[in-house]
Amino acid sequence: MRKPPRIKVPASIRAGDVIEIKTLATHIMETGNRKDAEGQPIARDIIHTFTAAFEGDRVFTADLGPGIAANPYIAFYLKVPGPGTLQLTWIEDSGTTTSESVAIQVV
Amino acid sequence: MIDRAELILTSRRDFVVGTGATAAVAALLGFAAPSSAANRSVQFEIAYQELLRSATPIGSGLELDIPKSVENGAFVPVALAVDSPMTREDYVKSIHLLSTANPAASVATFKFTPLSGKARVVSRMRLAESQEVIAVAELSDGTFLVAAQNVDVKVGGCGL
Repeated sequence: MRKPPRIKVPASIRAGDVIEIKTLATHIMETGNRKDAEGQPIARDIIHTFTAAFEGDRVFTADLGPGIAANPYIAFYLKVPGPGTLQLTWIEDSGTTTSESVAIQVV
Repeated sequence: MIDRAELILTSRRDFVVGTGATAAVAALLGFAAPSSAANRSVQFEIAYQELLRSATPIGSGLELDIPKSVENGAFVPVALAVDSPMTREDYVKSIHLLSTANPAASVATFKFTPLSGKARVVSRMRLAESQEVIAVAELSDGTFLVAAQNVDVKVGGCGL
């Protein structure tokens, strides 16, 4: 990913809340079906997996195909058990893995 | 004039052959092809059957929120949701998003856990052309839910 992903969580969270987490990755999501100006096929290059885990427990996973739009936007939910760390990971065809940690603080 | 007539005949024959092939695969897989099956790609029918195995999906309970008409197929917002208690005993395991006319039938598979709290996901997909978009949800008790929506696309998603 050229730029770090953008992540948005609600400002004020209480334990037990179901919160929406919005994520936006920066990626071309090259389908593998296009050809360049010389007619040569352009290799597929997509983010194929997105995962979210809270304190090591799996919350949500997305297996993505080339039918997902460029700069993948994914919004999902977490039932907050209490304070902790949400780990978000994007895995690309190239093998590049981008991870971000989000501290979930409860009031 | 003759060239033009031949051209029309050729494209019509190709169309008939293509439709026949879809129906043949459908027959091979042993399921009754719905009325709109002619518009569904072979790769979609295969992916759909692999997903459901022998189960019969329920046509309600899964919300597929996608515009009925879009200008640009490169960027189509889509929301998928099932009203579920999301407890260890009763939760939505996954929601699959499928395309009936893109080169790849499987657009995405979203997997949930009781920690998700809510079985809802929002994303943005590509549509190569006007088509029916299908979503399939698998519940923890093995039940499948299905939802479909036709989307009219003015300009197809680039490079699909």
